Amino acid sequence: MKLNTFFYNFGQGLKNIWRNKLFSLASIATMTACIFLFGLFYSIGSNFKQMVRTAEEGVAITVFFDPGATQDQIDNIGNELSKRGEVKEYHFVSADEAWESFKTEYFKGKEELAEGFANDNPLANSANYEVYLNDISMQGELVTYLESLDGVREVKQSEVAADTLSDMNKLISVIFIGVIAILIAVAVFLISNTITVGISVRKEEIAIMKLIGAKDSFVRAPFIVEGVIIGFVGSVIPLVLLFFMYQTVIVYVAEKYNILNNFISFLPVGTIFHVLIPVSLLLGIGIGYVGSRLTIKKHLKV
Amino acid sequence: MIKLEHVSKTYQEGVPALDDVSINIEKGEFVFVMGKSGSGKSTLIKLLLKELNPTEGEIYISGKNLSKINHKNIPNFRRKIGVVFQNFRLLQDRNVYENVAFALKVVEAPTKEIKRKVPLMLSLVNLAAKYKSLPRQLSGGEQQRVAIARALVNEPDILLADEPTGNLDDTNAWEIMKLLEEINERGTTVVVVTHNTEIVRKMNKRVIYIKNGRVVTDGEWGDINEA
Ligand SMILES: Nc1ncnc2c1ncn2[C@@H]1O[C@H](COP(=O)(O)OP(=O)(O)O)[C@@H](O)[C@H]1O
Ligand SMILES: [Mg+2]
Repeated sequence: MKLNTFFYNFGQGLKNIWRNKLFSLASIATMTACIFLFGLFYSIGSNFKQMVRTAEEGVAITVFFDPGATQDQIDNIGNELSKRGEVKEYHFVSADEAWESFKTEYFKGKEELAEGFANDNPLANSANYEVYLNDISMQGELVTYLESLDGVREVKQSEVAADTLSDMNKLISVIFIGVIAILIAVAVFLISNTITVGISVRKEEIAIMKLIGAKDSFVRAPFIVEGVIIGFVGSVIPLVLLFFMYQTVIVYVAEKYNILNNFISFLPVGTIFHVLIPVSLLLGIGIGYVGSRLTIKKHLKV
Repeated sequence: MIKLEHVSKTYQEGVPALDDVSINIEKGEFVFVMGKSGSGKSTLIKLLLKELNPTEGEIYISGKNLSKINHKNIPNFRRKIGVVFQNFRLLQDRNVYENVAFALKVVEAPTKEIKRKVPLMLSLVNLAAKYKSLPRQLSGGEQQRVAIARALVNEPDILLADEPTGNLDDTNAWEIMKLLEEINERGTTVVVVTHNTEIVRKMNKRVIYIKNGRVVTDGEWGDINEA
């Protein structure tokens, strides 16, 4: 398509929107709501996922040994661990290392207090394997298995109920997809209605165009433009809204509820919008395009 | 240039609007098509533009069989034909200049060409001064001249005009006819549908007379009077 033809049809598309203000506005509003909710879900969802992931990553099983466990038994336990598929990684923590890490955590700034224990490791029996999992749902099974091994005194598992987290993850995704699907359907319906009105208003013009030699693509172009512009505007508005909202919420929570900071860590604005901007624009423009394509196919016999 | 071979057209299951029509029009001819209201004149124009397809028979334009033109090539075919529709069919929301430019925009002509051709066309139909007027601000004769300018701006080989003087008084009608004659003298093949006998008599051109969808006479004005 030539540039001047493109501009002409772009102008006609804008004219369609302007002539049909009420419908266009309704379409843009629905689109805005659709993309806004999508963005909201996405922001909350990815933050939640991130929190779950952080929690899951922290979930570890600690395997303590019998006081009299031989080095052979300990090595054997290590061997068994390396054979299990659900084990992502494990490492041996000696009693000294355990004490070191305990010391730095609890005697921070008061190291002299810990000096009293210098030659008498109070955690002498705390050599262990720290085990991290690929699949948190296998935790229970692994624990039972490890407890049955020789030389194992105790297996401690994290208190985070891994199953619950995974299930919630799935539930959130399903709701997320469901609501978005409904909104997309509503948006396509409204855009389709808007364009149907546009086509009927221009019926005579379209008939004349075709009789004096307009190509099909030329006849369709203004309506495609109309749908795409509605989609574009309907995704830019919610993106701007979400951007400011997200920033405000992060700052607000950080200031007012700084106790929460230990539990909730928000993803930075950049991380969220790096994905959200292209996906929303694509979604918006895509819905607009598909909506107008479907309508043209149905109502514009060329 | 235009050839119809045993063409019939029946809408749905009614009586045929055109019935076994065979016509041959040479390049550069000026032809009137006459007949009472409902005799099938507009149907003929629509067939020539491939707005409708004949129920039977073949139509050739510039040697091309219209039934062999596929959907994709219809626009290119129509670009070689200018049409003045019955009742003008101007775009009411656009001024005179835009209505004429529309015909070029639609065929995706470059802006430069549009800016050059439209004013030339408007002065040919004597409307240069009113280029900013909207159709409803114009008289019937002026609107008809805009419609003619729109049909011609794309420099078609053939001009089809369906009752171009239908709602005009004698003076205006005569002016339009003179304009069409001038266009014909420049080399365009012109087919004019009319039932203005006075004008047809004065112009003294070939006349095809249609009655109930059949060509009853094809010749000079005198022949029609005899029939
Ligand atoms: N779209 C249509 N559907 C059904 N019948 C039609 C249609 N257009 C025209 N006709 C009929 O075909 C006949 C010829 O019509 P038309 O070609 O418009 O005549 P004219 O232009 O000579 O007045 C008339 O009887 C008319 O009622
Ligand atoms: Mg007619």
